[in-house]
Amino acid sequence: MNRFRTSIVAASVIGLVLAGAGCAPPAAEPSSSSASGAATATSAEALGGMDALVAAAKEEGQLNVIALPPDWANYGEIIKAFGTRYGIEVNSAQPDANSQDEINAATRLKGTDRAPDVFDLGQSVALANTAMFAPYKVASFDSIDDAFKDPDGTWVNDYGGYMSIGYDSAKVPEIASVEDLLKPELKGKVALNGDPTTAGAAFSGVMMASVANGGSADDIGPGVDFFSRLDDAGNFLPVDPTSATIESGQTPVVVDWDYTNAAVTAKLDSWKVVVPQNAQVGGYYYQAVNAEAPHPAAARLWQEFLYSDEGQNLYLAGGARPVRAEAMQEAGTLDTAAYAKLPEVTGEPVLLTAEQNTKAAEVLSQEWAKVTS
Amino acid sequence: MGQGDQLSRQFRPARLLPVLGVVPFLGYLLVFLVVPTLTVVVGAFVEDGRPSLAVVRDLADPAVLGSLTNSLVLSAVTALIGGMVGALLAYAVVTGPADGALRRLVTSVCGVLAQFGGVTLAFAFIATLGISGVVSVWLDQNLGTGLTSSTWLFSLKGLVLVYAYFQIPLMVIVFLPALDGIRVQWREAAENLGASTGQYWRMVGLPLLTPAFLGSLLLLFANAFAAYATAAALVSQGNPIIPLWIRSALTSEVVLGHANFAYALALEMIVVVAVVMTGYSLLVRRTARWLG
Repeated sequence: MNRFRTSIVAASVIGLVLAGAGCAPPAAEPSSSSASGAATATSAEALGGMDALVAAAKEEGQLNVIALPPDWANYGEIIKAFGTRYGIEVNSAQPDANSQDEINAATRLKGTDRAPDVFDLGQSVALANTAMFAPYKVASFDSIDDAFKDPDGTWVNDYGGYMSIGYDSAKVPEIASVEDLLKPELKGKVALNGDPTTAGAAFSGVMMASVANGGSADDIGPGVDFFSRLDDAGNFLPVDPTSATIESGQTPVVVDWDYTNAAVTAKLDSWKVVVPQNAQVGGYYYQAVNAEAPHPAAARLWQEFLYSDEGQNLYLAGGARPVRAEAMQEAGTLDTAAYAKLPEVTGEPVLLTAEQNTKAAEVLSQEWAKVTS
Repeated sequence: MGQGDQLSRQFRPARLLPVLGVVPFLGYLLVFLVVPTLTVVVGAFVEDGRPSLAVVRDLADPAVLGSLTNSLVLSAVTALIGGMVGALLAYAVVTGPADGALRRLVTSVCGVLAQFGGVTLAFAFIATLGISGVVSVWLDQNLGTGLTSSTWLFSLKGLVLVYAYFQIPLMVIVFLPALDGIRVQWREAAENLGASTGQYWRMVGLPLLTPAFLGSLLLLFANAFAAYATAAALVSQGNPIIPLWIRSALTSEVVLGHANFAYALALEMIVVVAVVMTGYSLLVRRTARWLG
């Protein structure tokens, strides 16, 4: 009996020791390249040129990216191309996470070698967290329009698009405007990509509905009213659309960015994408380097790749509008065939400023609960 | 002194050993219960790094109160449905032979289904009863029900149905041992004393089972109240129940800086469960008084 008890105690002590060892955070290996100054380099020249940056990045051998769905803006191909070009292993964590999750992960994993190296963020999250970014100017920095970058390179817009309506022409009648979504044939068929009080894309979707119904960048109210009517008509389907739900026919109409909708067309021939002519709401994403990046050189090389002609054309191949599109068109390096495939946008698009964004988000957080209840 | 030393040499290891054995459990409690609870309580009363009641006051928002009501109704209704149906099913199983095929089948199926929650369950229901679900399409074609254009599955009604799917088997599992404790001899004794079936159940069976039944209901209530993944996969618009509010407060990329509101919501959930548990223990003390 006694021996039995002792062995239980011994076992639990061993268990405790093991558990304690398991709890210890993985020791952050001192990165060899931090010695070379990659963690503070604000351009490739500061490190001794592009070749030195490539060498330092190869030395690190890895890159942590987060919240980059493979079918979003062609990220699947971009990650593959970067990995093969430089022989760097890209660890893609939580592909379906949202912008706030990226920041949360960076805070939680700070100091470990699993923290994200780079961010790709929606406007409001990016502008609220600039203190976490390391300023970096890519080689093509000067060819990016001033409206799309921070003067120090703390953040730079990478790609953007317009709010669109995607629909399966084999299942529903043609849709040309926001108003068409109220048609009785679309009962229980119209999905929005996420909850607009949580997801940036859905937020812009409500903004699109607002602009189409007499609202503006300063007034999102008519958009909320429109979705109320859509819900009353029984057309609003509260399912989070993914390429799987679209292909299986569960979400035959989806309000989302045009590049995400365009990516579906590659898999589903009958999938059509429309940017409503009276409501062109645009939005660009924000790219930045994590100041606490565990692979600082690889993070900077990733930026260089994204803003190179090749990286920008890869975004374009995924239906997104690369930020350097105009400059590349002038230089003749733009993939014009892919550019011609983008949904046509004429006239002045609506782009929200940070203040307009905050104000609309405030209104939405008060009003949106009434739409779905 | 010398004697004392001798004594302590003899007793100390013997006394220490059992305590040492509990240490891992206490450590576990500390890390996964005490620390998170304290974090939640402290976080709920902080705004912008200063103590404040503002966050907790936000709980009175009509939309949040609506979600709380929904959460309570959903948990109570699915606990009752699960409790009733599960108890009857468990009784049906118990009346059969102890190692019969029916019992083995029901207990193993229930064991699996009680854990079959989350995203898988949500998608299973979407695939059968959703807009383009197999059953929906069939019912529409044959009975003209209009399910393929209805969004009921993604509302509170849908959540009740989906939650019942794991609540009923869970009830069977937790209630079976209580039913097994009812001896055949007691019934025979009651009958020998001239009791009818109704009298037996009213005066012997039900009073014996009530504490276990209430305990199981409480477990089902807490199970539904805290369930998150199933609802999250099913409902993507609005926050009909409290766990989904916590999600949106923590992860919104549109409305920023509401992480502390998530703590306040979590505190609210802790308080609800504490109240329910207190009520339960008072109730059990009453109903079990004569058993002791």
